[in-house]
Amino acid sequence: MSVAIIGVGLHPFGRFGDTSAIDMGAVAIRAALADAGITWPDVQFAFGGSFEVDNPDAVTSRLGLTGIPFMDVYNGCATAASALQLTADAIRSGQFDLGVAVGMDKHAAGAFTSDPVDYAAPPWYGEMGYFLTTKFFAMKINRYMHDHGISAETLARVAAKNYRNGALNPNAFRRTPVSVEDILASRMLNHPLTHYMFCAPDEGAAAVVLCRADQAHRYTSTPVYLRATTLRTRRYGAFEVHASWAAVDQDDAPTVYASRAAYEQAGIGPEDVDVVQLQDTDAGAEVIHLAENGFCADGDQERLVADGATEIDGPLPVNTDGGLIANGEPIGASGLRQVHELVLQLRGQAGDRQVPGSPKVGYAQLYGAPGTAGVSILTT
Amino acid sequence: MASVPFAPDVFTWPADEPQLVGGRCGECGSVTFPQPPSCARCGSTAVERHLLPRRGTLWTFTTQEFLPKEPYASGETPETFRPYGVGLVQLGDEVRVEGRLTTADVARLEFGMEMEVVVVPFRIDADGTEVVTYAFAPVDAGVEGADQAGER
Repeated sequence: MSVAIIGVGLHPFGRFGDTSAIDMGAVAIRAALADAGITWPDVQFAFGGSFEVDNPDAVTSRLGLTGIPFMDVYNGCATAASALQLTADAIRSGQFDLGVAVGMDKHAAGAFTSDPVDYAAPPWYGEMGYFLTTKFFAMKINRYMHDHGISAETLARVAAKNYRNGALNPNAFRRTPVSVEDILASRMLNHPLTHYMFCAPDEGAAAVVLCRADQAHRYTSTPVYLRATTLRTRRYGAFEVHASWAAVDQDDAPTVYASRAAYEQAGIGPEDVDVVQLQDTDAGAEVIHLAENGFCADGDQERLVADGATEIDGPLPVNTDGGLIANGEPIGASGLRQVHELVLQLRGQAGDRQVPGSPKVGYAQLYGAPGTAGVSILTT
Repeated sequence: MASVPFAPDVFTWPADEPQLVGGRCGECGSVTFPQPPSCARCGSTAVERHLLPRRGTLWTFTTQEFLPKEPYASGETPETFRPYGVGLVQLGDEVRVEGRLTTADVARLEFGMEMEVVVVPFRIDADGTEVVTYAFAPVDAGVEGADQAGER
């Protein structure tokens, strides 16, 4: 049973005062239902993802207490990919015809905080100043730059592109372009990554309506098909976040395995992809993820970024809505924002940031602690 | 004045030549740090206490230039915070271990440079107890010659 996306909805990302995550989730679901031309009682089941909200299913009290099965998921930065995959799998299995995946979050400003022992890190890991995702991303890109000849200017160009794309996106958190010079000159947080090269935790929600592909035309003339959803955790040998050690015998990051499996599931390769969403927790992550997802060889990013290949009008548009750098990261919603953007792009509804030439294949990747990656592939 | 390790059995102390205390899997030989209850490669619970080589090479590094949130426990405030270096050092051919570096000056750090385990002050508690931690120092500089920017 294949699966189609018939509706997408978003609550803007940013900071929204007293508005609760649940209320933002309700806004996103209502928008997705309207987009699909259905109402809440048509929805047979749902999966809801969040980091801050224990029970995203409380959103049903805003939409109607219809008694449907509504399952809550949390899976780090891959939470939204997990909600999407579980929703798709429930339809693929034949159990349901139509369901909703929703993600919502409302984070305080500043870096995320948790107890390191919950990540299987040593109990002293936080006390001693190691329990910081930003530090991990900096160490990973610093080594990568050394091995593959990537410059700090390339990192700044990636961030500048994402701010520029965010300026074209009315739902983005950061809507002001920032120059390469200002990005490089902003405060160093973790060498070589400066303040403006990082995304920030914020608030927002996103929702997607999925149904059996053979029923999609009842609802829309422009269904987008979900061709692959894969999730992988780290293998022994991967250099990963929140770890006090790494093996000398290196293995690839979980993204590499999730990506290969997704291409296999979809029956396509990276050369077939028209528009890309990558986890840009920081500008360096976007650079590394370009290679980990098969879009270029290690080191080619230096030339690709300089040539503008990853711009909206380039041959390999990446993070056309501004990515995490311009949208921030409400963890539960982030991956469904990616899907929202890809669906708009594949329908030709992305407005000022529309990728030219009628893109037909979209690709989304998430990565997060303690070493989990999710990939989704969508086609017209 | 007493100097106390930040946690028991993470490094040998007191010692003229302190060593990190890791674990070695009795089944597959995988070496990790600190000693875990079971092996990350094969899942065996037969992980033995294993002292790691004192020297190695710098595999990657960064700087921590903002004060970490709790549970960070250096006793620093945003006003008194001093940036510290962090890196992974490959000890022998056994394992890459994450640790603070004795310098936060990236101009003094190079990929592949030789580093060794040292024990340095981390914080002074209200009762005067000095809490110490392991760190990695460039071998050429030695402990005395190292920039103590990251340590208090």
